[in-house]
Amino acid sequence: MVKQVFLKIEQNQPLTDTVCQMVLSGDVSGITAPGQFVNLKLDGLYLRRPISVCDLAEGRLTLVYKVVGQGTEQMRTLPVGTILDVLVGLGNGYDTSKSGPRPLLIGGGVGIPPLYYLCRRLLAEDREPTVILGFNTAAEQFLAAEFAALGVPVIVTTVDGSAGKKGFVTDGMAGVDYSYFYTCGPMPMFRAIDKVAATGGQFSFEERMGCGFGACMGCTCKTKYGNKRICRDGPVLEREEIVW
Amino acid sequence: MVNLSVALCGIPLENPIIPASGTFGFGYEFAELYDINCLGTFSMKGTTAQPRFGNPAPRIAECPQGMLNAVGLQNPGVEKVISEELPKLKACFRKPVMANVSGFSEEEYVQVCQALDAQEQVGWLEINISCPNVHGGGMSFGTSPEAAARVTRAVRAVTRKPLLIKLSPNVTDIVSIARVCQEAGADGLSLINTLLGMRIDPRTRRPVLANETGGLSGPAILPVAVRMVYQVYKAVSIPIVGMGGVSCARDVIELMLAGATAVQVGAQNLVDPLACPRIIEELPAEMEKYGIKDLNEIIGGAHKWEKM
Repeated sequence: MVKQVFLKIEQNQPLTDTVCQMVLSGDVSGITAPGQFVNLKLDGLYLRRPISVCDLAEGRLTLVYKVVGQGTEQMRTLPVGTILDVLVGLGNGYDTSKSGPRPLLIGGGVGIPPLYYLCRRLLAEDREPTVILGFNTAAEQFLAAEFAALGVPVIVTTVDGSAGKKGFVTDGMAGVDYSYFYTCGPMPMFRAIDKVAATGGQFSFEERMGCGFGACMGCTCKTKYGNKRICRDGPVLEREEIVW
Repeated sequence: MVNLSVALCGIPLENPIIPASGTFGFGYEFAELYDINCLGTFSMKGTTAQPRFGNPAPRIAECPQGMLNAVGLQNPGVEKVISEELPKLKACFRKPVMANVSGFSEEEYVQVCQALDAQEQVGWLEINISCPNVHGGGMSFGTSPEAAARVTRAVRAVTRKPLLIKLSPNVTDIVSIARVCQEAGADGLSLINTLLGMRIDPRTRRPVLANETGGLSGPAILPVAVRMVYQVYKAVSIPIVGMGGVSCARDVIELMLAGATAVQVGAQNLVDPLACPRIIEELPAEMEKYGIKDLNEIIGGAHKWEKM
């Protein structure tokens, strides 16, 4: 359920040169599914900034974000104790009921964070997820240890081969036995996954948004079942409905 | 107790606050967040004869104190608006609603107005001759006095509902367009639509919007709206619905002093979904601060200082 809440920054620290982790406390009860996002109001910026939910607990929300522009640059500098105006409970999120016994979670770069909470939810539902995390280089790696700590198999791929398997996430998929897949990452990665994936799956998309809750039609895309708003009817779309 | 109620073209409004077309969909997203019956009314998503997907993404860009949009009139088409959206709206909104009409030809405006004229839930027709994000329609009707008059006359002939013409600020002389719309039979004027703008990303060296240009809205345009409402008020005798960058009760009072009878709130709904109920709640205290007992007293109030 969409809610406007005021959350307090409890932690805000870098994980790599460009990726940071922010932990917020307050009423996060509006968030109901993994793969949903929140929309943050930041000083001096007009539009809110949509950030995916990385992890969730009672009264506690973790965001892992990449510093790419004005908004995330400001987020990096926010001190602990800052109160943020946040819209929570945005987007449809991943549907875990379709996972089958052995779901595969495939994350590329800054698309990785929402898969963490998804992984925890799938484990809680007695599934046996396998995780593939794709990075450009070893230095860009983040969250790999946190996934491993959940006790799930983690396959890391790097484009330059400096960590894990050399290549792309699709190279990591070879030989993995899975019943369904969930992914989040850049479009070229999505296209590559769609070419090789053996099962149905869900893709979480990114688009520039106005409102984040379905009012402005700023992020509409075409699907096989008509127009969908990435922010409201997505960000997660099923493989079979996507128009590539 | 202060009085917030006004009348717009003969239809009473509990208060002058109206979410603007394109920032409020068909109401349901907001009905989940608050009881939208607290609003004066709202202006529905711009409707065309046929369904429209709109422009390719990205359609939105950040700006200093505002935003650009180039949605391009995405809407389900008038048939679906009538068969699906209006019945759904009936469940959460009991007041007359404002229908916003767009078109690519005079015939299309007429066709959509005819269909909406027959709908009991529709209180006013707001004719958008000022969309900057479509080609061959929209703003091209609102930037020439002749075309604006033709569209106004044509839709006037097919509806007895109050007819508001929504004007473009992207003109040399908005007053002359306002005048011809009044002469052609408009019952009121809505102004301003967005200002044509553009952003370029230095990283990619490309326009941020796929449509290259878009409409600027948000607090950045409030002074332009105040100026245009003020100028048009002097030249016409029909009511004005003022809009452009309104984000708080103070802005509402300012636009009403310039000459607005009612005030639309646009972009602010997108960044602050509870903006309208907040403004309605703030209004009485803000009025008291300035010694205003009845909003009707201040409509055009700034004009009494004009030099004779």
